[in-house]
Amino acid sequence: MTSKTSTYDLYAKQFDRLPSTGPEWLSAFRQRGIDSFSMLGFPTSRKDNERWKYTNLGPLANAAFGYAERPGTVDAGLLKALAPSSDDWVQLVFVDGHYAPEHSTNGHAGNGVVVGRIGDTDGLSLNGVGERLGSLASLESDGFTALNTAFATDGAVVKVSPGGSAPTVQLVYVTTEHGEAIATHPRALVIAGEGSECTVVESYVGVGESTYFTNSVSEIILEDGAQVEHYRLMMDSPNAFHIGSTPVRMAEDSTFNSLSFARGGRVARNGLHVMLDAPGSKCVVGGLYFTYGTQHIDNHIVIDHLKPQTGSDLYFKGILDDRSRAVFSGGVIVHPNAQKSEAYQKDQNLLLSEGARINTKPMLEIYADDIQATHGATAGAVADEAIFYMRSRGIDENTARDLLVHGFAKEIIDRVSLEPLREYLDGLFADGLPGAGAKHSEGGKSRG
Amino acid sequence: MLEINNLHVEVNATGILKGIDLTVKAGEVHAIMGPNGSGKSTLANAVAGRPGYDVTEGDILFEGESILGWIPDQRARAGLFLAMQYPVELPGVRNRQFLKAALDALREERGEDELSAREFDTLYRKRVAEIGMSEDLSRRNVNEGFSGGEKKRNEILQMAVLEPRLALLDETDSGLDIDALRTVADGVNSYRSPDNAMLLVTHYQRILDYVTPDYVHVLVDGRIIRSGGKDLALELEEKGYDWIVQEAAVVRSG
Ligand SMILES: Nc1ncnc2c1ncn2[C@@H]1O[C@H](COP(=O)(O)OP(=O)(O)OP(=O)(O)O)[C@@H](O)[C@H]1O
Ligand SMILES: [Mg+2]
Repeated sequence: MTSKTSTYDLYAKQFDRLPSTGPEWLSAFRQRGIDSFSMLGFPTSRKDNERWKYTNLGPLANAAFGYAERPGTVDAGLLKALAPSSDDWVQLVFVDGHYAPEHSTNGHAGNGVVVGRIGDTDGLSLNGVGERLGSLASLESDGFTALNTAFATDGAVVKVSPGGSAPTVQLVYVTTEHGEAIATHPRALVIAGEGSECTVVESYVGVGESTYFTNSVSEIILEDGAQVEHYRLMMDSPNAFHIGSTPVRMAEDSTFNSLSFARGGRVARNGLHVMLDAPGSKCVVGGLYFTYGTQHIDNHIVIDHLKPQTGSDLYFKGILDDRSRAVFSGGVIVHPNAQKSEAYQKDQNLLLSEGARINTKPMLEIYADDIQATHGATAGAVADEAIFYMRSRGIDENTARDLLVHGFAKEIIDRVSLEPLREYLDGLFADGLPGAGAKHSEGGKSRG
Repeated sequence: MLEINNLHVEVNATGILKGIDLTVKAGEVHAIMGPNGSGKSTLANAVAGRPGYDVTEGDILFEGESILGWIPDQRARAGLFLAMQYPVELPGVRNRQFLKAALDALREERGEDELSAREFDTLYRKRVAEIGMSEDLSRRNVNEGFSGGEKKRNEILQMAVLEPRLALLDETDSGLDIDALRTVADGVNSYRSPDNAMLLVTHYQRILDYVTPDYVHVLVDGRIIRSGGKDLALELEEKGYDWIVQEAAVVRSG
């Protein structure tokens, strides 16, 4: 068992070896990160720790992840196979934690939107980034954010000026197959100015079956009346560790629509924390997680209704096969001040195997009396009569199952308004549960 | 085409069919009538190979071959079709996509090439128009949110696209309004040919006004207690089942 000290030593050594480039505030910011990490370490104990109750971080804390001095090679073809793409999108690509200019449109500025890098903000009109970075992702919250902060030499900034309307921006984070397992700490900051509109796609992709650790933090700030459409793709390798944290703060009458698609990893966490911090702010959060083998995904969603007339609508779906495991914890808190708010949440799961396990806990904490709220969760197997119905038309059992799995996923996929992304997802599900192809050799199992 | 010999079927270890004999030749239409719970759907499901319907005795031959060991999709690919009494909703699965997958499977079995998406679309639209299904409905998920009558019409659409050799229609006429009944009947009649056959399970004479059966069988308590021509249906409509049941009881005890 690696102790807290040796975990710290491992990352501290990497921290010390990193050249200190970029503005001074960034160095200071990173220093606060590593200091904080030295105090916190990783939250390894699951006892008395509600936030990590269902996700064992032991294997993550015990593994020694290196720092990739140089990125692996990713050519345009591979990138296209890994992540969705469109010529109309502005995109920043990071390979093994390093910015990849050959795949990126850095410094894009137009229509009041600036897309740039955290460590490279001088040339761009990105004033205010220093003050906003870290304003939502609290260093005290857990060691992951602290560690991410320590390594935030590079990262993405998407800033939309008041009234601006941005093209779709995709941030792609690729981890290649390395000799040793590496850690990357992707950092992003999205600032949607007053009355602005933007669409941001975050795509985390792993190559092959590599073992790695992605420790990502994306802060999203919505000013008055801003509308942000946010997509988060977690297409990790089955051996990957991915801890993702997305804090969001919403101002008056802003809307945040977010959809996540996660296939799980050795340990994967999709953390989202939305602060509905002003009247009229509304978020619609959807997600689809789909796991097979022994993969694990932990969706940890917290919605704070802090002000009156705020709205949240959560709809997650999960598809689990083999001995995989998923967690959905939706914590919706309606604070005393949040009268006339609406809070809905729902989690539905399709279990394809008896060995698969789902822990679903939609939770509502209500401290206001004049609100509307519902929550619910279901888990079930594929309906036998649906399978028979399809078979009675000549469709074999596996194809029938695949069609039903895709059908189940489709309800979330169809919420995607970006066509290239929707096509990418439909393609993933064209033959049923992505990655579970091996299952088909088992043949039909029917009762009777 | 279909030969059922001394068929005994159990559901949940309860005997439901207690010795059915029935022969359906190519080109024929057979109607099966009988009181609720007598075993009509059980018979149709057993022929289609529904899991849970255990054949404990007897045999089912399709085109001379026993199909008891065949899985349901194999039976369908051989040309059997079951229009269900309670069609199932398939959330997220589009009607068009579902039927394309089914037709692809059938064509593959026959050694024919898959239809291209465009070829299939043309066929699908043609059939949708013939069956009188609304375009909107045809684009929706299979049976999801369909009314009872719309579901029945969708069963006929599927039959028309898949062109089975033997169609088992389990109360496809129930719950239909007069216009729908007529389109269903038209669908059935235009499908009728010397090469294929049909088994119509029904409670009502009115479908038989449009689709004239060659034979009518009365199924009571798991047995066919009487068979006759189309006039038998008229007689049943008029007098109910009691008199046949009593006659049969007399015959059996005598
Ligand atoms: N899955 C099942 N489990 C238990 N009993 C069943 C099952 N399916 C059918 N049965 C029983 O078998 C008997 C025959 O049912 P079946 O559905 O074949 O009747 P039917 O003649 O089609 O009736 P109806 O005219 O009402 O459609 C009934 O008593 C029914 O309750
Ligand atoms: Mg019935």
